[in-house]
Amino acid sequence: MIKETARQITEERIKPQRAELDEKEQFPWEIIKEIAKADLFRVFIPEEYEGLGGGSLDLVLAVEELSRGCCGVSICYAAVALGTIPFMRFGTEEQKKKYLPQIASGQELAAFGLTESSAGSDAGAMKSRAVLEGDSYTINGTKQFISNGGEAEIYSVIALTNPAKGSRGASAFIVERDTPGFTFGKKEKKMGIRCSATCELVFHNCRVPKGNLIGKEGTGFIVTLKTLDESRPGVAAQGVGVAQGALEEAVAYARQRVQFGQPISSFQAIQHMLADMATEIEAARCLVYAVARTIDSGAANFTEDGAMAKLFASDMAMRVTPNAVQVLGGVGYTRDYPVEKMMRDAKIIQIYEGTNQILRNDIISHVYKRKGMRP
Amino acid sequence: MNIVVSIKQVPNTTEVKINKETNTLVREGVQSIINPFDTYAIEEGVRLKERFGGKVTVITMGPPQAEAALKESIELGADEGILISDRAFAGSDTLSTSYVLSKAIAKIGEFDLVITGKQTMDGDTGQVGPGIAERLGVPFVAYVSKVEEIKNGTMRAARMIDEGHERVEAPLPCVMSVAKEINVPRIPSLRGKMKAKSAKIPVWSARDIGAEESRVGVAGSPTWVAQIFSPKRERKSEMLDGTSQDKVARLCEKLGEMKVI
Repeated sequence: MIKETARQITEERIKPQRAELDEKEQFPWEIIKEIAKADLFRVFIPEEYEGLGGGSLDLVLAVEELSRGCCGVSICYAAVALGTIPFMRFGTEEQKKKYLPQIASGQELAAFGLTESSAGSDAGAMKSRAVLEGDSYTINGTKQFISNGGEAEIYSVIALTNPAKGSRGASAFIVERDTPGFTFGKKEKKMGIRCSATCELVFHNCRVPKGNLIGKEGTGFIVTLKTLDESRPGVAAQGVGVAQGALEEAVAYARQRVQFGQPISSFQAIQHMLADMATEIEAARCLVYAVARTIDSGAANFTEDGAMAKLFASDMAMRVTPNAVQVLGGVGYTRDYPVEKMMRDAKIIQIYEGTNQILRNDIISHVYKRKGMRP
Repeated sequence: MNIVVSIKQVPNTTEVKINKETNTLVREGVQSIINPFDTYAIEEGVRLKERFGGKVTVITMGPPQAEAALKESIELGADEGILISDRAFAGSDTLSTSYVLSKAIAKIGEFDLVITGKQTMDGDTGQVGPGIAERLGVPFVAYVSKVEEIKNGTMRAARMIDEGHERVEAPLPCVMSVAKEINVPRIPSLRGKMKAKSAKIPVWSARDIGAEESRVGVAGSPTWVAQIFSPKRERKSEMLDGTSQDKVARLCEKLGEMKVI
């Protein structure tokens, strides 16, 4: 049912608009509203907060289908889940009651603010500070590359409350859009996912009520790691979806493109390319679904599984989408056909929510740990 | 606001086949859908409910399988559906159909607005909407493209006419048919789908709505279909020879003869 709904949105709303949204770098508000009306934001929210109480697999199916149409749109959707997980998992009852129904209905979007110019993979090097003064925290600092930045109303932001402790001195906060001292900086001009908003969050003596602290002081880094673990299958699903979309375009084109008196789909060179693409997509899909099911079964630790799924699916997407361009040949390189956009979009999946290099580090440290070894 | 939307289930094809013996549409083996023009009526009903509060009831007259169209309406945001179904209704033309629907609406009770599509895709008459209004004794507004305001028991709306748009006011209750320019129907929501799955669709018979036997079905339908056929398309073409000047002169002459210019 979720897949069917997301598919209908992709076919009827995303596909007709994606090229224009990409060209104009325009946030897809109309489509986001349609996604909200169709209840897709309710999927990952518990039932007691106006959600549908779905699990990781439900989110993965929705993201995969939306990504078949456009990864720019699907990241706007997935980034809401990312920004919600911190207080959905670690927040107080009051925080959940206040914010989750707004997100479930799609009235308000969420975003997650972690990365800084000097703190990407090395999150411990962050400079943003939060100082408790009376009944509120004063936040200062600048976050960079924040998906849904400037468009979302609710931000989960990580800042250091005890800089001496490094990453163990980090804390997570909910910051509302209209909070004085909170503004938006540079909006990035990107290679792909161009309709999505990627923006700086600027905090200048921004006072946030004490009640907006997520979890306890000093747990910000753990909140971050757990949040990214949980959201990573969704990013992996983007890889599966965009590759599936590219394969479909390649197959359709190969069947109608005639050279040497026959459709190029009849040439073994093309057939084998398409077969390899299909196989790789299915392999990635199996891995992503398996991780989602592991999470839904209540597993305590799935860092390694999630990292593998995101790594494999995104690397796969960066093999499949360029090959789709190759099958389309000259026209595939033009913006008249959607595959060049898919190739540009796919690249980011190898980079965000943990670069594939950092994920390889995570994976190998888990492999060694199981053997009782140190790297 | 109590809103009633009247819809029809139709075969999902623009190339309908006709049974030559009975002169009726062949429905077997063709997937049924909500008449596309009616999806705009459902969407407008749901939007008006979202704007002004109230309830949207969708009704249809049809065979038992028309229940699917009502469930789909609930997926699209309607609160409930009522199927008006009785063997006695078989063979109804637009006169008896609008009679049956008006009786059903009267049974629902108080209503502020009845919305229909501008016409069906299969019958193409556009007569049922005005027929309902006539029998209910309320005004009818056709081809509405925008409901601008509903205030103090009056609706102000824009309707499409050949020359452009016409702004009209009508007292409530009234019946309106909507043009497809009025909205873009939404994609069914997950909650709507779940609600539709468990929804119970009541079935009202001729007796339930108090319809007179002589006014429904074949007995109540004065329309007699003599023949249904696809019109033959005749095309004649003539190539003109000569210099461009000759050809233009000859073309003007021809068009003059045909009284086109």
